[in-house]
Amino acid sequence: MPPIIEVNNLYFSYNQRIDEETLTNVSFTVERGEWLAVVGHNGSGKSTLAQILVGLLSPQKGQIKIAGQVLNEESKWEIRQTMGIVFQNPDNQFIGTTVQDDVAFGLENLNMSYMDMETRIDEALRMVEMSSFRFSDPSRLSGGQKQRVAIAGILALTPSVMILDEALVMLDPPSRRKLLNILHLLKEKEGLTIISITHDMNEAASADRVLMMESGQVVRTGSPKSVFGDVLELEPPFAEALRRTLLKKGRNVPQRYMTESEMEKWLCK
Amino acid sequence: MNNLILGRYFPGDSIIHRLDPRAKLVAAIYFIFILFIANNWQTYLLVWIFTIVVMRSSNVKFTTYLRGVRPLIWLILFTVFLQVLFTAGGILYVDWGPIRISSFGLINGVYIFCRFVMIIFISTVVTLTTKPIDLTDGINSLLRPLRKLKVPVDDFSLMLSISLRFIPTLLDETQKVMDAQRARGTEFGEGSLFKQMKTLVPIFLPLFASSLNRAEEMANTMEVRGYQSSKQRSTFRLLRWHLRDTICLAIMLIVTIGLVVLRTSGVGH
Amino acid sequence: MQVTFKGVSADYKLGPIRSPLVLQSVDLNVTSGAFTAVVGHTGSGKSSLLKAMNGLLLPTGGVVTIGETEIKAGKNKKALKDVRRKVGMVFQFPESQLFAETVEQDICFGPLNFGVSLEEAKERAKDVISQVGLDNSILTKSPFSLSGGQKRRVAIAGILAMQPNVLVLDEPGAGLDPKGKKEILSLIWRWHQTRGLTTILVTHDMDDVALYADDVIVMEKGRIVLHGKMREVFTDVEKLESFHLEVPEARRFQLKLERESGITLPRVCLTVEELADALIEVGLA
Repeated sequence: MPPIIEVNNLYFSYNQRIDEETLTNVSFTVERGEWLAVVGHNGSGKSTLAQILVGLLSPQKGQIKIAGQVLNEESKWEIRQTMGIVFQNPDNQFIGTTVQDDVAFGLENLNMSYMDMETRIDEALRMVEMSSFRFSDPSRLSGGQKQRVAIAGILALTPSVMILDEALVMLDPPSRRKLLNILHLLKEKEGLTIISITHDMNEAASADRVLMMESGQVVRTGSPKSVFGDVLELEPPFAEALRRTLLKKGRNVPQRYMTESEMEKWLCK
Repeated sequence: MNNLILGRYFPGDSIIHRLDPRAKLVAAIYFIFILFIANNWQTYLLVWIFTIVVMRSSNVKFTTYLRGVRPLIWLILFTVFLQVLFTAGGILYVDWGPIRISSFGLINGVYIFCRFVMIIFISTVVTLTTKPIDLTDGINSLLRPLRKLKVPVDDFSLMLSISLRFIPTLLDETQKVMDAQRARGTEFGEGSLFKQMKTLVPIFLPLFASSLNRAEEMANTMEVRGYQSSKQRSTFRLLRWHLRDTICLAIMLIVTIGLVVLRTSGVGH
Repeated sequence: MQVTFKGVSADYKLGPIRSPLVLQSVDLNVTSGAFTAVVGHTGSGKSSLLKAMNGLLLPTGGVVTIGETEIKAGKNKKALKDVRRKVGMVFQFPESQLFAETVEQDICFGPLNFGVSLEEAKERAKDVISQVGLDNSILTKSPFSLSGGQKRRVAIAGILAMQPNVLVLDEPGAGLDPKGKKEILSLIWRWHQTRGLTTILVTHDMDDVALYADDVIVMEKGRIVLHGKMREVFTDVEKLESFHLEVPEARRFQLKLERESGITLPRVCLTVEELADALIEVGLA
């Protein structure tokens, strides 16, 4: 199967902004049904990349293909029906006056009939476990609940790709874990492709593949094992940090990256 | 803020609460117009009976309605005062230099007072018995035909509903910023008028900046979720017209007929 | 400077509605110069506890004592002003309080409100700006032109410039990337060490608690349910489970490992270093 997203030789720069978040010769692909984590320091170009993928920004050079269709000013509206993005701030994405109204927003934009909307909304709220909150207004919801509603709003459109632009950063650890679980389940069940831009290394370690960016360029792609194992500047997930510490102390740890369960097994041998 | 009754919603289940917002809006505006048909004690009695019956049917305490009149009482009395002084005719009661008070003047004064108060009462009935979002939906629905004239009705009603949705959020934010500035030694509501106005700057500027940021993020979200100003979009929030709404409009018609009859056959005015 | 709560209860008054008690009969004694972490679930009253420390939330019962100043229910104007100078409070996402034309002006805002002369305020601004890891040249810039991380440091600088005796922070690392978070917390730690500043930190990050805190306060439903030395709190497994408390990564792994392998490590491990050493000691690594 061809990759669902193909990015070729992307160049982008803000001409007026002072902080130069430019992209230089960015190329990569994303396979259908894969969870790709995008990591890198602030200013590495991660968010700019996300915005370009959903057509909010236009690159100066390069081409993006989503499910075989080239992304440009004309096609972006159609492509957006298959892609959704969840941003960082839970409040600034909540448009409706109640939970179900917000989920309906995207469907209303497609001029969908009432009956179809009802079915989609019911299903979407069930998938994120927010059905009992359907009449709640946003001021009574926590950040995590609001992000779940944002995800439901996207799911209602039955997308193929979901982009998370540091969507969990403003949530407390329990909410973060809950959302990650829901997202992993959705990926399995619905075959969703997920691109998650994140700082959380434990979250990135649970992805299928990691893409590392620095100063607007892709410096590394590969499995979490290879990226975290080789790239020492990245803050490693816990088990890897332990392995490196033991290595430093001269112990006989394996030379390659280990997941937490692998570390446990090795210690208990 | 407690006395700002006009504009507040009081939840309830009266017949008035259950009327369609469109029926209420149309009836209220219509009422304000037909009030001008009244010109004698019989017609005024009719509209008073109508007003009182409507207020009682809303199941809201009369004292609440009175509170809605209070902020405007000086304006009302001033207008009455002008009417009394500048309407001549009938029996002259007071003739003291430039001040002439006649029976016509007094009667007109009473009529003006009644009109003012009834307009306030009826408007208050609408806002007290209708949720702000339902009012917005009602306005949107009534203005729909204007879409054919390329008037951006959808944008306008989206503006209204988004503003409503953010009122609690903005109030929260204001509280937070005020707390932060209090913690830095600002005291609000103290000192000369000039000093007090200066203390508003550390509140307004941050709120303004965050609102600008919020507007940008929301615009991005709306765009990615497919919102296009010119495109036809459906509505999830449905307003359903019932028999009781038709009856409501029919009653308005009956009142109009009654007024016309009483006016033309009326004794003296 | 010491912070003491005696039987403090508080609620929020919203017009005619009184919210349920957000603080219930709280007794607290924070030793002068200690670095205390406050943890608990969302809604447990952590933020309310902080606000009660500088009079933003007035007690409906009991007394809050900061150093020599007391705050009780009722009118307290002079006491409040005094307390707010002594207790420097950094709210969550403090960058949202920046408003002045220049960074220098914003940093001087607090000190000026407390009667410091303009010259001295400017001196303090120059001093404090380097302490938060920013260059002097930033003083003339508009706070709105800065990056998120820089804005946060400027906001913290604005509080430090008040020269408080107690520093209270509500999740200072919220929303930052791991590097930025580390830098902010080291900054706070440095300030605490060099001035012996009583520091109170609300956080969800247990690894930070293990790294910096001397004591831990656990809150639940408006009450303090635990207040003890950091290491002791993370040792008591039963208590941890009954309060559904999170623990530092190393401790979590240790508990999991001990359960699976049946082997107990010689001591409680709160950091990767400690864990590595303990594993080596028992011969597992």
